[in-house]
Amino acid sequence: MTIIQILIIVIFTLLFAILKRGRDSFLLIASVLVMFWLQPALPIRGFDFWIPIATLIITIFTWLITTDNKLNRKNIFTLVIIASIILLINLTRYFSFAQIFTPSRPPQIEITLIIFLIFGLIFFLLMKYNASFLTFGLILLLSIFLILKIPAWTIELSSLLRALNNQSLTNVSALDIRWLGFSYVAFRLIHTIRDKQAGRLPSVDLGEYITYVIFFPAFTAGPIDRIERFIKDLRQPFEGLNQEKFFEAGQRLLIGLFKKFVIADTLALIALNDTNATQIQSTGWMWILVYAYAFQIYFDFSGYTDIALGIAKFIGINLPENFSSPYLKPNLTQFWNNWHMTLTQWFRSYFFNPVTRWLRSWQKPMSMPMMILLTQVATMVLIGFWHGVTWNFTIWGLWHGLGLFIHNRWNDLTKAKAAEWANTPFKQNVLNISGIIFTFHFVAIGWIFFALSSPVTSWNMILKLFGVVSP
Amino acid sequence: MKDINYSKVFIKGIFLFIIFNLLIAAWQPNIGKLSLYNSIFTGRERLPFGENPKQSYNLSLFDLDAMFASHVIHGTKKTENEFRVIVIGDSSVWGTLLKPEETLSGQLNEMNLSACGKNVKAYNLGYPTISLTKDVMLLEHAMRYKPDLILWMTTLDAFIVENQSSPIVLNNEEKIRDLETNYGLAVGISDFEKKSFWDKTFVGDRRAWADLVRLQIYGVMWSATGIDQFYPDEYESAQIDLEANVLFYGDEPPVLEKKLFHVNALETGIRIAENTPVLIVNEPILISTGENSDIRYNFFYPRWAYDLYRDVVMPYLSQMLGWNYVDLWDIVPANEFTNSAIHLTPAGEKILAESLVPYIVEKCK
Repeated sequence: MTIIQILIIVIFTLLFAILKRGRDSFLLIASVLVMFWLQPALPIRGFDFWIPIATLIITIFTWLITTDNKLNRKNIFTLVIIASIILLINLTRYFSFAQIFTPSRPPQIEITLIIFLIFGLIFFLLMKYNASFLTFGLILLLSIFLILKIPAWTIELSSLLRALNNQSLTNVSALDIRWLGFSYVAFRLIHTIRDKQAGRLPSVDLGEYITYVIFFPAFTAGPIDRIERFIKDLRQPFEGLNQEKFFEAGQRLLIGLFKKFVIADTLALIALNDTNATQIQSTGWMWILVYAYAFQIYFDFSGYTDIALGIAKFIGINLPENFSSPYLKPNLTQFWNNWHMTLTQWFRSYFFNPVTRWLRSWQKPMSMPMMILLTQVATMVLIGFWHGVTWNFTIWGLWHGLGLFIHNRWNDLTKAKAAEWANTPFKQNVLNISGIIFTFHFVAIGWIFFALSSPVTSWNMILKLFGVVSP
Repeated sequence: MKDINYSKVFIKGIFLFIIFNLLIAAWQPNIGKLSLYNSIFTGRERLPFGENPKQSYNLSLFDLDAMFASHVIHGTKKTENEFRVIVIGDSSVWGTLLKPEETLSGQLNEMNLSACGKNVKAYNLGYPTISLTKDVMLLEHAMRYKPDLILWMTTLDAFIVENQSSPIVLNNEEKIRDLETNYGLAVGISDFEKKSFWDKTFVGDRRAWADLVRLQIYGVMWSATGIDQFYPDEYESAQIDLEANVLFYGDEPPVLEKKLFHVNALETGIRIAENTPVLIVNEPILISTGENSDIRYNFFYPRWAYDLYRDVVMPYLSQMLGWNYVDLWDIVPANEFTNSAIHLTPAGEKILAESLVPYIVEKCK
């Protein structure tokens, strides 16, 4: 998101916050419009129009298979609103302001109508057999996720779409299908499917569900809220924006803007990347570039979170925190409890805990250290995959998984001795500060695999950092 | 805890911000001199210039203090043993497509020359636009670094009146007016970038402030990589096949209008240099052998105009005004030019540097 886009969103949000009335409708309509508006232009013809529609269709179908709420008047009304917005955006193709909501001219309206027809048929089919589609829905979401995250598969899909569109295959690239916000949308949807399967999903109507999944402040960069928490805020009567709330939200927004557009964007000029990794001439400067990357990624991501939290606060939604001074934590476990917290909580709820329970339920359970190693490495590798299924993200996941395991074992072995030694505030501080420095450097070195695209370049970089190979 | 009155905080914040902006506009602080270069970061080998900062780790800005403060000359104390040579001129001096050590200054330094029993140290103060007025402005600023010799590389296009309005000149009206007042520079420029009071506030002038910060930040990348321009893998070579066009800025052969030339700029530069010797060099140009090369030497010059400038105008002026003038227009073969008729390869720069050695050494005799 650019600063101008953020400011436009803030202005409209404040206008509606002042008006007080119709917040739920505003949130739904604004979320749909912002989703179209922020979608980047794509080289496959019409695809930047179809991707937001696909997000909506997947969201509506997931609601349908997870809800006990049948098609009442309110839900039909929501469907009509969504369809109307899509048709209105589609109709802009006939006006000079064709690209007001979409990055390119929307396609012909007849195609949209055919898609509506197909959507309607599937909708009624799912209405009849909704519960039996839960697992299917889960598999489908994970499949789309994998296609988008495995570059080779994304290229295959892009080639197919280009061929269907009679477009040249010469420039085919994984970037042809940049599905804005899908990583977050998919995880919110999976959360609702899994909670439905576990019988703890609250009953929500379609409008609430769509607003939760594509809530505009958190659409592009999270946080990944939980639906039961989100609708609690949504169902609270909105009493408008008083002075205190306005300044609280405004302060959060300004801090976010400063973090993202001043600190992170400045650090980006000198942060490690594929190009400068091979240009640096001395070890000292290499460390500087690695540090710059570590702080850039933090300020960028936490800045966006602050912006999302600030905007959401204007309209009475208190999104969950995503970062809590992660670089000031004395060990890796605490780092991961405070970095991208909503993502790690998601993985804890829907992967780590269920897998651990399952492993424990074995007749001959494996040893505890083995179980910890397996679950932590698997969780962290999956978090790596969430960013992209590449060798570098896999190694990054392994780095952190093994780090967490080693910290766990080390902690078990030395906890008593450390407590015995650190019997004065000074010694406790020494222990704490050395823990912070060590953890930060462990994380910073891990970022090398995140910042660079090739394992070989990343490994060489690490060797150079420690003087094993000269720059 | 005391309750915070948010309205008061907001109003005070706005008030302070307005006061800060007004102060900046009224005071116009000269913070360009504050630089992290030559202390935390290595001083740059050439003046900051870059159209693609993310790739070149360099950027163009118009604050002469900041530009010079980032240059290595600013952080190098002149020793008794140093014979300081400053080289001014256009992009051929700055060194488009060349690494700092491959430029004319770099090549001169590689030679470890001695002059007057001192070690010759050349500083690249070229800047990529062809304009004598720009050169004069940079020269005036460079004089505070006490050069022993000024190498002024120039070419016919630098004399042309309409070329004087280089962006760096247009954005430094105050400096140009000072040159007009103090040294008699004839300023024929009417389209200076004027700054209103609003433009001088922090908000209005935010681009310049941001550029200053960016220049410092890119100091990290310059120090870390030694890169200060983008080196493309491939580039389009200088044009060899030329149009059959004899016109030169509207003039037809055989007369070059006197009003076309801004000789006063060169004279002003020599006045600024005072007792410091100035060697004016007619820099090498590409002599094309392609289509229509009987009409034109290259993209810039029709043969008749350049010959007139080289054979008549410059010898006449240098004799009349007592300039130290060297004509090296044809010393570099055509295959040692890169993407322009004045940009040389490292080998071309070496030829040029070697040709200049006798003139540099001779200054002591």
